[in-house]
Amino acid sequence: MSETVIEGREAGEAVPDRDSQAAVSAEIAAAQADDESQGIARIQPRLDFPAYRSAALRHPTKEPRHADPEGIELVAPVFGHRDVDPLEADLTIQRGGEPIGERIRIAGRVLDGDGRPVRGQLVEVWQANAAGRYIHKRDQHPAPVDPNFTGVGRAITGDDGSYSFVTIKPGPYPWRNHRNAWRPAHVHFSLFGTEFTQRLVTQMYFPGDPLFALDPIYQAITSQQARDRLVATYDHDTSEHEWLLGYRWDIVLTGTHATPMEEGEHV
Amino acid sequence: MSETPANSRYAAAAGLAPTPGQTVGPFYHYALPFADGEHLVPAGTPGSVRLHGTVTDGHGAPVPDALLEIWQPDADGRVVREPGSLRRDPGVFTGFGRTQTWRDGGYSFTTVEPGATSAGSAPFIAMTVFARGLLNRLFTRVYLPEPAAALESDALLSSLDQADRDTLVAVREGDGSLRFDVRLQGERETVFLRYPRHEV
Repeated sequence: MSETVIEGREAGEAVPDRDSQAAVSAEIAAAQADDESQGIARIQPRLDFPAYRSAALRHPTKEPRHADPEGIELVAPVFGHRDVDPLEADLTIQRGGEPIGERIRIAGRVLDGDGRPVRGQLVEVWQANAAGRYIHKRDQHPAPVDPNFTGVGRAITGDDGSYSFVTIKPGPYPWRNHRNAWRPAHVHFSLFGTEFTQRLVTQMYFPGDPLFALDPIYQAITSQQARDRLVATYDHDTSEHEWLLGYRWDIVLTGTHATPMEEGEHV
Repeated sequence: MSETPANSRYAAAAGLAPTPGQTVGPFYHYALPFADGEHLVPAGTPGSVRLHGTVTDGHGAPVPDALLEIWQPDADGRVVREPGSLRRDPGVFTGFGRTQTWRDGGYSFTTVEPGATSAGSAPFIAMTVFARGLLNRLFTRVYLPEPAAALESDALLSSLDQADRDTLVAVREGDGSLRFDVRLQGERETVFLRYPRHEV
C-alpha cells in the first residue's frame, strides 16, 4: 500500500500507472480526504468514487431532490411464507451433497432507524463459494465451481426482526477494476423495511480482512465508523460444537416517516 | 432507542445510524430476479399496460446489468398488502415487480396504471434502480402523464424545472404503452430522490 508515494510526489515525477493498486489507493485516499475537508461524515457510500472504475459513468451528477414520501412510498411490499420456503435459509442443503468450505451461520436482526424490529420481511443473500467463484455465467475467475453450492438464500424475519442463514464462508476473488484487484470476502444482502424508502442492498464483510484498505467498493463509504457497520462480529455463542462457526450482523434500515396513526391503518 | 418528539414530523436526528448500502454488483442475476418478476399482471390482461424503457450511462450507452424494482398501488389507488410476488398467483396483484435490463439496456414490466392514492393526487409508481458501478440504490418516481391537473399540483414536480420534471413523467407511446427511460448521468439525467431521514 502506498498512498505515501502519491502524497510525497513532486511536480514532474512520474505518475503511477492508473491500473496499479497504488493509483487506486491514492484515489481512495483523495476522495476520503475531500469528504473530511468538507466535514462530511458519510453514512452512505459516495456515489462519485473514481477509484471504483465502473462508477465513472454510472453515478448521478446532480444532488438527489428532496421528496416527502407519500402514498405507496410509506408502505413496503409484503412477503411471507408463500414467497419463501424455510429451507432456503440453509445454503448448504440446496443440492445433492455437502458444499466444500468452512460452514458458518450468519445471524442477526433487521431493525428500523428507531430500533424497532422489522418483522416478517424478506431478506435475500447471494455470495461466492469457498473458492471465490460465483455460479454466475459471467464470472470467469478460474476457481472451481462447487456443484453443491449455488450461494443463494432467502429468509423471512421473525417477530423480533431476526434472520439466520447457514452457509459456507465465501472466498475473496479477483476482479477487473485494476491490476491485482481483489474483493474482500463478502455476502450480498437485500433488505426491505416497512416503507419502500427503506430499501437496502448492501454487502456484509468478515472481521479482520486484510483486503479492506485496498477495496474501492468498501472504501467508498468514506467514514470508518460507517464502514465498520458492514463488518460482522465473530460470536462464539452462535458457533455450534463440532459443526459451524457463528457470525452476528445486525442491519439498521433508514428511519420511517409514517405517523403512528398511519402505521395503525397499515397493520 | 429514542422517543419521537410529538411535535416533530420526522425525528430526524433521533435514531440509530443506518447500515450503509453497497453496489448490487455484477453477479445478482441468479439470486434476485424471480419468475414473472416483470409481470405484475399477466401480459394480455384487460386494462394492463406495458411500462418500458432503457437505462443509460453518462455516455448514453445502455446499461445491460441494471436491476429495476417497481412498487405501486392498484388501478383504484389502493395500496395492496398481498404476499406472493416471488411465487406469483396470476390472479393476485401484489404491486411489486423486479426485472433486470437486457443486453441493450432495455426493460419492460407489464402492470396496471396506478390510481391516485388520495383524491386529486398525481398517480405514480415508485422505482428503485440498482447496477454494477452504482454504489447505492437510487429512488425515483414514474408519474403517469395524465391527468395534467394532478401533475400541476404535485409537490415534487412543482419543485422542479421543466427539464427535470420531464424526466419523471412517463411518455404515452402510440400503442398506449408507457415509456420511462432512466438516465443515470449526463444529459437529461433522471431526477433521483432523497427522502427525509436519509443521510448522505
